[in-house]
Amino acid sequence: MQIPEVTDRRHIECDVLVVGGGTAGTMAALTAARNGASVLIMEKAHVRHSGALAMGMDGVNNAVVPGKATPEDYVADITVANDGIVNQRTIYQTATRGFEMVQRLESYGVKFEKDEHDEYAVRKVHRSGSYVLPMPEGKEVKKVLYRELRSRNVRSNVTMTNRLMPVRVLTVDGRAVGAVGFDTRTGEFVTVSAGAVILAAGAAGRLGLPASGYLYGTYENPTNAGDGYAMAYHAGAELSGIECFQINPLIKDYNGPACAYVANPFGGYQVNGEGNRFVDCDYWSGQMMAEVKRELESSRGPIYLKLSHLPDATISEIEGILHTTERPTRGTFHEGRGTNYRDRDIEMHISEIGLCSGHSASGVWVDEHARTTVPGLYAAGDMALVPHNYMIGAFVYGDIAGEDAAIFARSASRPGLPEDQIEAAHELIYRPASNPDGPPQPQVEYKLRRFVNDYLQPPKTERYLSLGIEAFERMRIDIAQMGARTPHELMRCAEVSFIRDCAEMAARSSLERTESRWGLYHARNDIPQQDDASWFCHLNLSKDAATGGMKFERRPVAPYIVPVPGFVRPDGVPDELAPQGVELAEAWR
Amino acid sequence: MAQATSRSDVPVVIDEEKCIDGCTLCVDMCPLDSLAINPDSGKAYMHVDECWYCGPCAARCPVDAVTVNIPYLLR
Ligand SMILES: Cc1cc2nc3c(=O)[nH]c(=O)nc-3n(C[C@H](O)[C@H](O)[C@H](O)COP(=O)(O)OP(=O)(O)OC[C@H]3O[C@@H](n4cnc5c(N)ncnc54)[C@H](O)[C@@H]3O)c2cc1C
Ligand code: SF4
Ligand code: SF4
Repeated sequence: MQIPEVTDRRHIECDVLVVGGGTAGTMAALTAARNGASVLIMEKAHVRHSGALAMGMDGVNNAVVPGKATPEDYVADITVANDGIVNQRTIYQTATRGFEMVQRLESYGVKFEKDEHDEYAVRKVHRSGSYVLPMPEGKEVKKVLYRELRSRNVRSNVTMTNRLMPVRVLTVDGRAVGAVGFDTRTGEFVTVSAGAVILAAGAAGRLGLPASGYLYGTYENPTNAGDGYAMAYHAGAELSGIECFQINPLIKDYNGPACAYVANPFGGYQVNGEGNRFVDCDYWSGQMMAEVKRELESSRGPIYLKLSHLPDATISEIEGILHTTERPTRGTFHEGRGTNYRDRDIEMHISEIGLCSGHSASGVWVDEHARTTVPGLYAAGDMALVPHNYMIGAFVYGDIAGEDAAIFARSASRPGLPEDQIEAAHELIYRPASNPDGPPQPQVEYKLRRFVNDYLQPPKTERYLSLGIEAFERMRIDIAQMGARTPHELMRCAEVSFIRDCAEMAARSSLERTESRWGLYHARNDIPQQDDASWFCHLNLSKDAATGGMKFERRPVAPYIVPVPGFVRPDGVPDELAPQGVELAEAWR
Repeated sequence: MAQATSRSDVPVVIDEEKCIDGCTLCVDMCPLDSLAINPDSGKAYMHVDECWYCGPCAARCPVDAVTVNIPYLLR
């Protein structure tokens, strides 16, 4: 393919640039447009079917519905599930604004389950509160959002692009001023100048290699390769909790959710090989994953999702959900294996590692306004550190980021774009095309991700983590030699560089936190104890502008704004109970 | 440089009899951009073995020409 000159490029201007048109990104665009901003969505896939919601979603995992639960319960639940290391203000937003979001989605046409009294039929899966709200027509979610983005009053403000992939955020004097990327079909070089940039590029889901060995057989949508994490890092933003990996209990080989959240309310649950329950709560946490791993490795393994005891009609109902919406090929998989829920329980396994704040607590550091530590740069959704934020949290933070970014962009100056950064990004994108016979991306990526499994999969130890860092440094050379022949291959090559960045961040953060915490997510075999005296704090990493390497900083846990019954803060910092500075959403006033 | 080409069993299969000339819907929708139109036949096909077995290609096809199989390594 022909490599374009650095100066041979399409240039686009907008007030708010949204990177990723998934869950958080579409909502961010809608809200920014509503606030008068001209919005550009850059989406590497196609907005209609991209991201975690590619085919929809079975339900809301974390809606605090008035009368069913309180924001205080939810914040306390999530605080405990994260061993207390949370910025409660960020969680409080999801807790108090989630219900308004449910209603907004309803006004767009999303349907939520109601009981015979027309009340939201929330279910209990978490340790204490009931926050799980099924979506009987969950496959419509993305369609509805897409339709909204193309509606008459939004269309004039929002430009949606597909197959456009930014690789770097551009900064001037430490402020985000745009991005640089390319068209993954034509190879065209693209620069964007923006008043504010919202990163909503999803989880780092292509980090560990699935046990199947298939590069794209990941739990997360494999388009989400950690692009957002790498872009935020190179823009100078702080990331936090990167050592707190995402690991999920899944259907073995299929690698999709099992899914206890769906099956639980119908009477399904997880059992070990002896048919006994081994966790008292099916809510996904590092603690639960430690128990899953222990069970798998004991003589009681493997583990199963047990449904075979349920009546035929109930199983049909479960199949009706599990085989149609979120991952509709689940039925095809079971059919191929000859597994019928009626006579066989479903073998489960644990996933490869990833980084995700939707499910775990690893992401770009944001405050309760979705602001990163780089002015003009926002992050929302799975890549932004609001613990266990799931789908409704992605919507809420998309909304928050969209509004704040639109306001920020109004008064933001528009400096000329930094040519040195544009040149560096050009090199990152097109270099593989100048060496088309170099090792192809599938081989390089396989090797990189096998090292991730070899050295980062918990339990972690100092020696393995150090070997991992060596391997990831070595992989820089492989990446510099990688070859590509088409714009599509260039996309995959750029993703490999993001995966490498995330692997290095994961290894270095895990090495830095010299204790064990969060169950399996940060289990250090060489230091099995939790060390509250030294480590009851966030561990933030960022790019050292002077050396280009990674630097670390400990951030204290902010005073709680919601009491956490039964949890004693090891640092003794008193609560600041009135939620000062956190605006209460309409529904809670 | 001479390079080996290796075969791969790809998960998504298109029924060329059914696939409509000029339609590109499945190609447009695939999150991984793994489908393309064969310039010789004008029909869709899977051009790379990159698939999340997610299903938008099949869901959007107006004539039911797309079958999503589970990728071989997971099957
Ligand atoms: C299989 C599965 C099941 C789940 N089930 C539930 C559930 O039942 N209930 C629940 O509440 N939550 C569930 N979740 C979690 C929830 O879906 C996510 O937390 C949420 O959707 C994340 O939103 P997001 O916007 O961060 O990411 P996404 O919706 O994945 O969007 C990220 C977008 O960024 C794009 N992108 C990535 N990199 C780039 C780049 N470089 N340039 C341009 N675009 C880019 C992607 O194509 C994608 O469109 C599930 C997640 C998965 C994966
Ligand atoms: S199943 Fe998904 S990833 Fe595979 S070809 Fe179809 S749309 Fe693309
Ligand atoms: S959507 Fe169906 S008809 Fe259209 S190109 Fe694809 S296979 Fe052919």
